[in-house]
Amino acid sequence: MNTRRTLATTRRVLLQLRHDPRTVALMLVVPCVLILLLKYVFDGQSQVFDHIGAPMLGIFPMIVMFLVTAVATLRERTSGTLERLLTMPLAKQDLLVGYALAFGLVALAQGLLAFGLTVGLLGLQVAGPTWALLAVAVADGLLGTALGLFVSAFAATEFQAVQFMPAFLLPQLLLCGLFTPRASMATWLHWISDALPLSYAVDATNKLTTQTGFGSAVAVDLLVVLGSALLALALGAATLRRRTA
Amino acid sequence: MKNPPAIEVRGLRVARGGRPVLHGLDLTVADSSVTGLLGPSGCGKTTLLRCVVGVQRIESGDVRVLGHPAGSPLLRDKVGYVTQAPSVYADLSVTENLRYFAQVLGAARTDPARVLEQVGLGEHEHDLVGRLSGGQRARVSLAAALLGTPELLVLDEPTVGLDPVLRQDLWQLFHRLAAQGTALLISSHVMDEAARCTELLLMREGRLLAQDTPQGLLTATGAHDIESAFLALVAGSDTEPARGTGDTR
Repeated sequence: MNTRRTLATTRRVLLQLRHDPRTVALMLVVPCVLILLLKYVFDGQSQVFDHIGAPMLGIFPMIVMFLVTAVATLRERTSGTLERLLTMPLAKQDLLVGYALAFGLVALAQGLLAFGLTVGLLGLQVAGPTWALLAVAVADGLLGTALGLFVSAFAATEFQAVQFMPAFLLPQLLLCGLFTPRASMATWLHWISDALPLSYAVDATNKLTTQTGFGSAVAVDLLVVLGSALLALALGAATLRRRTA
Repeated sequence: MKNPPAIEVRGLRVARGGRPVLHGLDLTVADSSVTGLLGPSGCGKTTLLRCVVGVQRIESGDVRVLGHPAGSPLLRDKVGYVTQAPSVYADLSVTENLRYFAQVLGAARTDPARVLEQVGLGEHEHDLVGRLSGGQRARVSLAAALLGTPELLVLDEPTVGLDPVLRQDLWQLFHRLAAQGTALLISSHVMDEAARCTELLLMREGRLLAQDTPQGLLTATGAHDIESAFLALVAGSDTEPARGTGDTR
């Protein structure tokens, strides 16, 4: 890996975003609008908003980052620029980490906005430290970015890339414990749920909203989410081939 | 010591999607030359170029570039490659594209301005690539390959869709680069571009029909232009016996 090439890639991806203000606005505003909707859907039932508002703080950014990253990297593959880059002295990690850093920055901005709205304006009750909730939200955004980078290898068109969202993320959403507590699921569902990274993200936010302090259990959940993001990045690197058929 | 040839290909076989595309090619491209790779659409030109830059999976054979195996990490800042479709970022400006590729190559900061001048796009440096015409985009793609002064340039149909004046300018640029020691391998399906090359490779259906200078080809076939020479060579190769059709004449 080479720092200059990685940062050049990050800078290039951010420049591309700067030329596309509509996408940036959608990435930053859409999660906030959804959280706002959620608040008023459960108007008068503040304990419900406290229960699902916190996980949503991580889930919405994850979905948005997944879609943006999957399509952006797929574009790189189909436009021929990936092939050009792979004939140049650019390591695969330079490219993937460069992408992850750029979209990670966006995830951070998005997390800060959604967090400020939820905890500051909408008065979400958090028992644990609020910075930890922000950390989980940003980790979720990073996970979405890494999963998006990974699945773009299996999509030949942008249509397919978008279809990977329901295929890849909605099962995680159903099994993460948001709709039914994970403990009350059938054993085999619980096993699958245990293998999916979003479950740990939701576990972490649940603990943070109900328990005071930053316990080791929350730290483990957070590490699992970040570890899954790293694993998805490594798998993404393995799918990048300099020589193709 | 004499330089190794820019490209040396021995017994190259490639299949794509289970279908053989190249059937055992042997060829050499000398350094400081402008070599034209000519043949009809679909004859395997692009596949051969992909082998040279090391992005094509091959079945068997040997491809050496500047004395190293094709695709070797040592070659990544010595070989410039331009694909047929412009491979640049449509959502960045011309300069932003070139600056990024220059940083990846570790080229000088002044390089983007130099290559822009070479392809005649100086006044478009701040334009978004997506707003340029097809020919201008192709030239941005070419400019990116010129960054860092590569020793070998592999260009896939770089002059398609350009007006005659621009085409002439680019061919003059190619010869200036060759005079400075760069080897160029340029594919085209337009036979009238052949006369502008110092050396020609004629391809058809995954096989090499001839490797010669333009003048040598005309003399050998007795033809008046490269197109007729190509047709004469095709006619000659089709009457060769035992080409897998059971013909034992």
